[in-house]
Amino acid sequence: MSTVVHPDSLEVLTEAVRSIPRLLPVGAGTKPRLVATDASRVSLAGLRGVLEYDPGEFTFTALAGTPIREVVAALEEKGQYLPFDPLQVEAGSTLGGVIASGISGPGRLRYGGVRDFILGVRMVDGAGRLLRFGGKVVKNAAGFDVPKFLVGSLGRFGVIAEATFKVFPRPEARRTLRLAVPSLSAAVELAGSLGRSRFDPEAIDVLPDEGGLLVRLAGPEAAMDALATDLLQRHPGECLPEAVASGLWQRLNGFSWRRPGDVLCKIPCHRGVVAPLEVALREAGARVHWSAGFNVAFVSVPTTPGSGEGLERLSSLLVGWGLTALTLDGAAPLLWGARPDQRIGTAVKHALDPDDRFPGVYT
Amino acid sequence: MGNVLPNRLVGVLPPERWLTRPVELAAYESDALTAFRTRPVAVAVPETTDEVVSLVRACHDARIPFVARGSGTSLSGGSLPVADGIVITLNRLNRILRIDPGQRIAVVEPGVINTHVSVAAAAHGLYYAPDPSSQTICTIGGNVAFNSGGAHCLKTGMTANHVLGLKAVLATGEVVSWGGDSRERVGPDWCGLFTGNEGLFGIALEITLQLLPKAETVHTVLAGYRSLEEAGNAVAAVIGSGLLPSAMEIMDALALEAARAAVHADYPPGCEAVLIVELEGPRETVAVERARLDQILAVSAAVGIRPARDAAERLAIWKGRKSAFSAVGRLSPDYIVQDGVVPRQRLGEALRRIDLMGREAGIRVANVFHAGDGNLHPLILFDGRQPGALERAEVLAGRILRMCLEMGGSITGEHGIGVEKSAFLPEMFGADEIEVLRRLRAAFDPLEIANPGKMFPDGTAPALQHRGAHPLERAGLLSRE
Repeated sequence: MSTVVHPDSLEVLTEAVRSIPRLLPVGAGTKPRLVATDASRVSLAGLRGVLEYDPGEFTFTALAGTPIREVVAALEEKGQYLPFDPLQVEAGSTLGGVIASGISGPGRLRYGGVRDFILGVRMVDGAGRLLRFGGKVVKNAAGFDVPKFLVGSLGRFGVIAEATFKVFPRPEARRTLRLAVPSLSAAVELAGSLGRSRFDPEAIDVLPDEGGLLVRLAGPEAAMDALATDLLQRHPGECLPEAVASGLWQRLNGFSWRRPGDVLCKIPCHRGVVAPLEVALREAGARVHWSAGFNVAFVSVPTTPGSGEGLERLSSLLVGWGLTALTLDGAAPLLWGARPDQRIGTAVKHALDPDDRFPGVYT
Repeated sequence: MGNVLPNRLVGVLPPERWLTRPVELAAYESDALTAFRTRPVAVAVPETTDEVVSLVRACHDARIPFVARGSGTSLSGGSLPVADGIVITLNRLNRILRIDPGQRIAVVEPGVINTHVSVAAAAHGLYYAPDPSSQTICTIGGNVAFNSGGAHCLKTGMTANHVLGLKAVLATGEVVSWGGDSRERVGPDWCGLFTGNEGLFGIALEITLQLLPKAETVHTVLAGYRSLEEAGNAVAAVIGSGLLPSAMEIMDALALEAARAAVHADYPPGCEAVLIVELEGPRETVAVERARLDQILAVSAAVGIRPARDAAERLAIWKGRKSAFSAVGRLSPDYIVQDGVVPRQRLGEALRRIDLMGREAGIRVANVFHAGDGNLHPLILFDGRQPGALERAEVLAGRILRMCLEMGGSITGEHGIGVEKSAFLPEMFGADEIEVLRRLRAAFDPLEIANPGKMFPDGTAPALQHRGAHPLERAGLLSRE
């Protein structure tokens, strides 16, 4: 790993991009594998702060290096929240890092992920130009949607300097239910039927190494108990005390369930592949947090000598199911499993980064 | 046709699926932006995605421009043909390929009608959320190309928020596949970039759509106010209360007059503006939120509050709202509609300025808009038979768009740039941004054969011509919003 530069203004950031031949933006480094390249690092830590926040507009604009917990706190003060439920809030993960990694939390089930709430960005492209795409109002259809494209772009297409997001009023109250399920396939079935039930759950998750299906309801306090009671009359389970529930969600938010030394990765999935994926993950010795109604698996896979083979086998199985894994931490390829081989990927990379200033996605 | 188009292109389809006679082409000369009209060389009528791919590849090899078209309901001239090119009409690719109720998705071809998705999903308690007013005729392919919105975007977002996967043929002939059944993904968001490309990147062949659970309870209330400003204040109060309504719509006096005349809509006496608010959710939640909404409206300056007591009354409220556009057509021989966006809290100021600009120009403007999103829909009334009237209306429309930009908004919330607003793209984006947008376009379409003349101010847009209302609009099947 080489030099780190710390711009403290957009001008210095732009100048840094122009003058460094190969670079990668970094936030707080909470997902180390995403920035493990030989490129120089441009830290966004000095570009922090909420620039505009008007609760009446349901929007805010902040610099990319702003720790997400500062955003969360500012919104909370006005009774609003980020419905995509950002992860690693306490670890210091930044707004820019959340966008570039494209990672959303359990609550993304109800209203959508990072991509569904980003409205606009200011970014520095590979030619070192400070550009503005999207808008600052909640609805906008002008020009190609570059802000959405940057979600999950891993800093490989440009440096996100500032972003505008849509926010929602924060639900007044929440209840977390742990429903009893005899097996993972029963959990998948139950998640599917709850997903089209009257309850409109905010999250449906399965904890690593623990039985039961976690279902989070959100809404006005006066409605919560009636909804929870009705749901528990239909499915056996319990309503968790608030302290227990928040401890569980906290644990998931910070990946503290991950085994030290393991590779941590995100594998988007769908109910059709959960059964074989679960078998393959178990055989690889992995711990799994199934999230967002089985739309994503956060996985901790061991890489101790002798099990490196396990990762390779897993990778070839993912190819067969058309799934791709993104490594957030640990010694594994950045992206593995199915890898799209599309000419357009190179062409768009060249359009935004003509001099190959940023590393490629598959390096 | 053989003289103009190469045999390789013509050979993709049997002769009966090429339309070339003037009488056949007439129906494709225009879309819902009737002020523009261009006759294409021919219209191709493919029935399979393979045929679409072959057509695009043949167009690419021969450098023939093509315009993909669904039902032709674009309000920005998005499917306006080009004179030396072909139209590829996708209406026969109208199969719903798969519905997975457990995963809550539908996989559809581009020619599937918007509402048909919800009809097919209804048996599973699911629906497809984006609801443009033309939803009973517009197609998913067109919705994807223009990132269509609707009346419920505040809570559920636009088309892009519901596209999970795409298979598409790009203008280079490359066939790509992005995303899929999952709501999550890794790597850059290609579906997000493709949605809203205005037909400049290529043609969507298969679209995976997210379905949402149908709300158990829907509560709709209509409140009448003596002024637009008072209705706007009520919107601010609702937003400030922490409620998240699924829709908040406002109609002004002229729109109310039109709806009364057209569908005998009934509004509280003495009101000059109407606010419609809709809440959705489980019955317990809606009961609590409804009580809160009732309180807010009770202390607002409403002259009448009418909650829908049943589904029929709710439909009546929406019928008045959704018919407003075509109803305005009864007040005036012609109109154009804009869809600029302003910060929600500046709606009152924006409407006052629109009113003033209309008075200055001696042009009547009706307003029906998505108040929750700050998305205006000023209908600028004119009589196209009067020389210069259309041009004067366009000047006023331009002033309104510039006002939206000046207020920090957008020139389009949901209709797209198309042909109509391409001259305004450089007012919303700087030269560097436009250069990058052009580079992106070139990555997908280096030959500029996919829907040329849209989005970018290339100077290829045909002159405005007065044509009157769209035939479907006159028949009451289409409304412009």
